[in-house]
Amino acid sequence: MYVAVKGGERAINNAHRLLAEKRRGDRDVAEIETSQIEQQLSLSVTRVMAEGSLYDRDLAALAIKQGRGDLIEAIFLMRAYRTTLPRFAFSKPVKTAEMDIARRISATFKDLPGGQILGPTFDYTHRLLDFTLMANGEEPATAHTADHPVDETMPRVLDDLLNYEGLIQDEPNPTNDDAPVADLTREAVKFPADRDLRLQNLARGDEGFVLALGYSTQRGYANSHAFVGEIRYGSVAVEIEPEELGFAIDIGDIELTECETVNKFKGSKTKLPQFTRGYGLVFGQNERKSISMALVDRAMRAREMGEQVMGPAQDEEFVMEHSDNVQATGFVEHIKLPHYVDFQGELELVRRMRAEVLERLAKTDAADAADAKNARSQPEAAE
Amino acid sequence: MTRSNEPLLRVSDLTMMYGDRVGCRNVSFELRPGEVLGIVGESGSGKSTLLRSISAQQEPTKGIVEYHTRIDGIRDVYQMSEAQRRLLMRTDWAFVHQNARDGLRMNVSAGANIGERLMAVGDRHYGNIRNAAENWLGKVEIATERLDDLPSTFSGGMQQRLQIARNLVTSPRLVFMDEPTGGLDVSVQARLLDLLRGLVHDLNLAVIIVTHDLAVARLLSHRLMVMQRGEVIESGLTDQVLDDPQHAYTQLLVSSILQN
Amino acid sequence: MEQTVNNPAQASSAYNFAYLDEQTKRMIRRALLKAVAIPGYQVPFAGREMPMPYGWGTGGVQVTAAVIGPDDTLKVIDQGADDTTNAVSIRQFFAKTANVATTEKTAEASIIQTRHRIPEKELREDQILVYQVPIPEPLRFLEPRETETRKMHALEEYGLMHVKLYEDISRHGHIATTYAYPVMVDDRYVMDPSPTPKFDNPKMDMMAALQLFGAGREKRIYALPPYTKVKSLDFEDHPFEVQSWKDECGMCGATDSYLDEVILDDKGNRMFVCSDTDYCSERQDAGHRGPQHHDQPLGTSHSNGKAAE
Repeated sequence: MYVAVKGGERAINNAHRLLAEKRRGDRDVAEIETSQIEQQLSLSVTRVMAEGSLYDRDLAALAIKQGRGDLIEAIFLMRAYRTTLPRFAFSKPVKTAEMDIARRISATFKDLPGGQILGPTFDYTHRLLDFTLMANGEEPATAHTADHPVDETMPRVLDDLLNYEGLIQDEPNPTNDDAPVADLTREAVKFPADRDLRLQNLARGDEGFVLALGYSTQRGYANSHAFVGEIRYGSVAVEIEPEELGFAIDIGDIELTECETVNKFKGSKTKLPQFTRGYGLVFGQNERKSISMALVDRAMRAREMGEQVMGPAQDEEFVMEHSDNVQATGFVEHIKLPHYVDFQGELELVRRMRAEVLERLAKTDAADAADAKNARSQPEAAE
Repeated sequence: MTRSNEPLLRVSDLTMMYGDRVGCRNVSFELRPGEVLGIVGESGSGKSTLLRSISAQQEPTKGIVEYHTRIDGIRDVYQMSEAQRRLLMRTDWAFVHQNARDGLRMNVSAGANIGERLMAVGDRHYGNIRNAAENWLGKVEIATERLDDLPSTFSGGMQQRLQIARNLVTSPRLVFMDEPTGGLDVSVQARLLDLLRGLVHDLNLAVIIVTHDLAVARLLSHRLMVMQRGEVIESGLTDQVLDDPQHAYTQLLVSSILQN
Repeated sequence: MEQTVNNPAQASSAYNFAYLDEQTKRMIRRALLKAVAIPGYQVPFAGREMPMPYGWGTGGVQVTAAVIGPDDTLKVIDQGADDTTNAVSIRQFFAKTANVATTEKTAEASIIQTRHRIPEKELREDQILVYQVPIPEPLRFLEPRETETRKMHALEEYGLMHVKLYEDISRHGHIATTYAYPVMVDDRYVMDPSPTPKFDNPKMDMMAALQLFGAGREKRIYALPPYTKVKSLDFEDHPFEVQSWKDECGMCGATDSYLDEVILDDKGNRMFVCSDTDYCSERQDAGHRGPQHHDQPLGTSHSNGKAAE
């Protein structure tokens, strides 16, 4: 006997309880603290802030804990929280030129004013698992203090050094600092999109997606050989200028990674050749993302540079429509939801079409059989 | 209805510049209903640029393109709204691309390709659309059994003929052709040219055909314009231009054909 | 679940009424007004990140949140049923953030949010039907570029749509679309009705209720004001047809509703049940019985349902 399925609400509530139990895991193991996540898993925190589009290390750590370490789940939590926050000001553009540098390198020059500052990087480590970390037998390391402080004025490779000779294309500058900037969280994006929207989209785009697209540009799916002009990581001041005061005040610092790439030059026999550029900017320390972002930024400029579109990284509609991992996971996973009503429609059609084909085949079989029978019943031709 | 002595198309002082580079310059001519105009020249002469500008695909730097529409009389093509232009290009005009793939939908059947223009202007009877498509397959000498096949299963020559059918189904009055026989075998070319000649005659089509092949030009065109480095250096009746070329460049072109 | 009456004042105070802030609601309502003014036209809107995933109905939830008030009664269905997990989840969301009355009875709801079905019961002028839409663009799978589809709608270039239908008939003998069946609205715009089965398309034509469509991920809103002409695309000689079943509902015996197929065992035994749970229970309450209803005498054979027509 068929009993209609009921009890969806109770099932959901029980599922949530089970989820909470799984999240906590073995009670004999110490509960992880959000401060531990914030400090010791700081690059996860960085990613969650960047793609969650919200700079708050403690909240990101909480989201990671609540999301059981699933970073896209954590990013989703950040985004949902972000929606509820009121906006009371726009900051002035941050001055990365005045960054408090923790790391600064350039691939385009062996040495340069300000020097190559390695900072805290995995780059030269050997990827050998360190089992002392597992046994919690880590000797807390202390870094040495350098003899000289980092240069206070750290000239920018592209704007100050290369551009000294006019070798590098200028970034299109707005006519005034108060020119409106589009906001992709407040307006529906229309294509073709301008660079401000494209950069916003990349900044919060899925790291894996942007990485893969950046990779594709290096492998022939675009043609803009890139050099890393400069990467800088450190903290910048965030300033707002309240109307009542009439001057800017510093409301805090955030950490940023900025990457400027120097790309294939344009020009001709009559037009002065110049290098072109790509730009990447991310919250926290994340070079992989910042470089990838610069590669894809440059690729998406194909249209304005009159370049032939060879690969998906240059197709701004493709890139921007698929870079948001919260949207992507929502839609990809939504196919888990019941679709049986529509499936019923498809079932019905396929059954009907199959019946028709079978009927048609049966008719031709019958006709063939009849023909064969007729042929046999004819007297044999003279042999 | 256009009186046959009024121009169907009038191009005045058409110039297309790319920065400092000349695409085409100061081109003027008129085209009458049922007239075939050939534009010949070597590659780089500006003939394709000219064709794109007069077929409303690329607004020229200077100059006017006027078309005698069915209802509204003579209209400046670039002063029309985009909607009107797109409608014109779907009904009264046709464009045959050199590469048939550029003028076909490769992922739908031959029948759908031909029927699309009909459906775009409101035909809603499947049977009639299908019959019209079948009819046209016949006119372009493609076996009607191929009606439901995809163009990717057709030979190059067949694809080109399909493209022509797709374009002509709404009885356009003006057809632009860009090297329609390019890339085809000589024998296939001959068959295609024969077909085109018949269709042009039967349907009283006005045609502007761009080609580097003087033989094609001679076979199809009433009049010729010879282009070199973006300028029209000679024009006139086809036989006159080819048999008695005045300009040195034309003479060179014609003689190189004879030598081949 | 009976109809509940709640006190809106007790709604979760950490959030604004119905979660969205008033600015956002205003923005959505402006988009809705534009949509109602141009039936079937997709209005872009700045959709917000919601606490449920994209694809789970964020568009519908934003539309409902923008129009719902403390005096409304909300019904939420998915696949026609109130008790499916996603419908429950959304209903709980509004109960938590708006504390409005909720119901399972179509007749008692002032707002009905739905995924993939239109209720069988005819709706009234004082009701609003909110559809959850995954892909708002009917031309999307024929033409992936937004820049091009926008032009096609603006210039009424819908030939491509009919090309698709033509291809279906030439290949299969039928139009092969069974859900999200494209419609022409008010003789002007081609619209995607959302993945409702084509069975439901006729209900949209001249419906007395206001129909609102929200696509959260794609950030589009569209609408059908009451009594709008909605015609399913077809050919004169291949007219639009709805699905039909040879079976009746096993529980209430209905022959005019959309039926879900329920597999009973692994020997091919099946039965069919109304997809619209409220419709079915209303009929049962009124005494109608189908062959598999537990009131029916034992030995009533399970339907080995033939293929529907």
